[in-house]
Amino acid sequence: MKPFRSVTGRVAVLDRPDVDTDQIIPKQFLKRVERTGYGEFAFFDWRYDESGAPRPDFELNRPEFADAKVLLAGRNFGCGSSREHAAWALQDYGFDVVVASSFGDIFRSNASKIGMVVVELPEHEVKALMEAVDLDKGSDVTVDLEVREIVAPDGRRVGFEFDETTRHRLLEGLDEIALTLQHEDAIRAYEAARAPA
Amino acid sequence: MARTLFEKIWDEHVVLEEPGEPALLYVDLHLVHEVTSPQAFEGLRLAGRRVRRPDLSVATMDHNVPTLPGPITDPMARAQLDALRANCEEFGIALHATGSGREGIVHVIGPELGLTQPGKTIVCGDSHTSTHGAFGALAFGIGTSEVEHVLATQTLWQRRPRTMLLEFAGELPPGLTAKDVILSAIGVVGVSGGVGHVVEYAGDVIRGLSIENRMTICNMSIEWGARAGLVAPDDTAFAYLEGREHAPRGAEWERALERWRELVTDEGAGFDRHIVIDVAELAPQVTWGTNPGMVVPVTGVVPDPEEMTGDDREAGERALAYMGLRAGTPIQEIRLDRVFIGSCTNSRIEDLRAAAAIVAGKRVAPGVTALVVPGSARVRRQAEDEGLDRIFLDAGFEWRLAGCSMCLGMNPDVLSPGERCASTSNRNFEGRQGRGGRTHLVSPQMAAAAALAGHFVDVRELEAVAP
Repeated sequence: MKPFRSVTGRVAVLDRPDVDTDQIIPKQFLKRVERTGYGEFAFFDWRYDESGAPRPDFELNRPEFADAKVLLAGRNFGCGSSREHAAWALQDYGFDVVVASSFGDIFRSNASKIGMVVVELPEHEVKALMEAVDLDKGSDVTVDLEVREIVAPDGRRVGFEFDETTRHRLLEGLDEIALTLQHEDAIRAYEAARAPA
Repeated sequence: MARTLFEKIWDEHVVLEEPGEPALLYVDLHLVHEVTSPQAFEGLRLAGRRVRRPDLSVATMDHNVPTLPGPITDPMARAQLDALRANCEEFGIALHATGSGREGIVHVIGPELGLTQPGKTIVCGDSHTSTHGAFGALAFGIGTSEVEHVLATQTLWQRRPRTMLLEFAGELPPGLTAKDVILSAIGVVGVSGGVGHVVEYAGDVIRGLSIENRMTICNMSIEWGARAGLVAPDDTAFAYLEGREHAPRGAEWERALERWRELVTDEGAGFDRHIVIDVAELAPQVTWGTNPGMVVPVTGVVPDPEEMTGDDREAGERALAYMGLRAGTPIQEIRLDRVFIGSCTNSRIEDLRAAAAIVAGKRVAPGVTALVVPGSARVRRQAEDEGLDRIFLDAGFEWRLAGCSMCLGMNPDVLSPGERCASTSNRNFEGRQGRGGRTHLVSPQMAAAAALAGHFVDVRELEAVAP
């Protein structure tokens, strides 16, 4: 996992509540056995019409949001299916960070495992950030995990809470399985204590 | 100190916990299927890691498998199933492969094999793992990175979730089902109402439900955002488990019972949230929109987004546009192209019996294609032994092989764009059953009744006129 400290880049707005992981990566792309290459299929059914042409009414197809690194999303983002393919797709599409007022629990966990930063802010803060985005020209933001702060397009600084353990792991880009295997003695002891006599 | 059922299971499984840090939680049972596991096994191979406890891992094939006999023609689906077979062989994991007679939807076979037991921690790379909570197990869905973590370590790092008690009060009216109970509850609390929580379902209504119906309730915990849902195990759960293949036997069974009877929330134990929902006036539920919280009684009409507030209004408008519905349309005037009875929510023997009782001696309406897909090979055999297959076939239903089928459109069973389906599954998300497909979630009884009428009907009235 690549370490993540901060990112400055284009921000995209997807102001819809309850965006489920079926929309983020539709089921027809879950049959692949690879972990990479899902970006081109992200939001596939929303991005493209039946003929494969981009839908002009889908937010992420706006030229002002091209190459965005940060996604501002509606509440309960990533609800539904546990498919980690959703996080893989968003990351491969180019997003390093998703900001919303709440997230599906499994999506949040999945994102953190692959080095994507999921920032939860109060609803009014998310709306304020969305409103600060210039929809005609596009805007940039900075998300800094080291100091736990977002620099909004209007220069305003918005602090955020973040799980300290996850933050450390993301900042250092640590392999969680390797960390856990350092505790193998404890796992073995637990198993021994519970084994039927 | 008084503890909740959840806290008892949690405490029992903590391997390691430092102040302020997540707990390292031991996993008793890891269920594996073809879609969310190949990348996890590949990760193990790349890092030169082994599966720590293959004996605590069980795999099945369900999402991709066709439900018609014959070879798998989709090369990608076949590759994924082949990968699962090869991975299970390489790492020594028991696989209930298609055609073995023991295959089925992962959340149907876990309980029927007796693998699912009270007090266990159960995970699977599938959000509907919450189903197993019906037995008083702590069961939740995980992503592929966590699947790999469990394979390698048999543990997971978890922050202690908040707790919620969802109590159903009142008496469930005749003709109403567990599906109606949970759909209406999701309508009340909203699709994100349970985020961050493990919920215990309680009340006389729950006590009165069969274990299979409790599974329906727990299955849909994730649809209102809950991390997991569980029910305190009781004689209903124990009776279901006794004698099953992996259930304890003899003296071990007696010891297990003693342990399991302790798995109740102690008097005076506190929950972070407590919600009471009265079911006395409940009517059969039908979803109208594109998430399970967009639900109304069958006696109602399609709601008007103009009467909604905030983000819900726009979401409501978008849902109506996708569903091809107009506000104010009576639910019973919505005509259907397809009916699907199946999925980990409603594909067990009781679901099939309930649907068959509605269907017996009648015919599927012209223009409607109706599908019954048993949740497992075993459920299918049992249904055939009881003659349910004949009832469905005689009525014009298709009788299929076990699998996830049309719940998620990863196999040949999909809706065509614009097709409208009454479905006993768990998600009415856009495109869930096929791109452009329109899903209405209902109980098996309501689905069966809709198949006969060609549109939604109030199943209570149907039963009233039955001979």
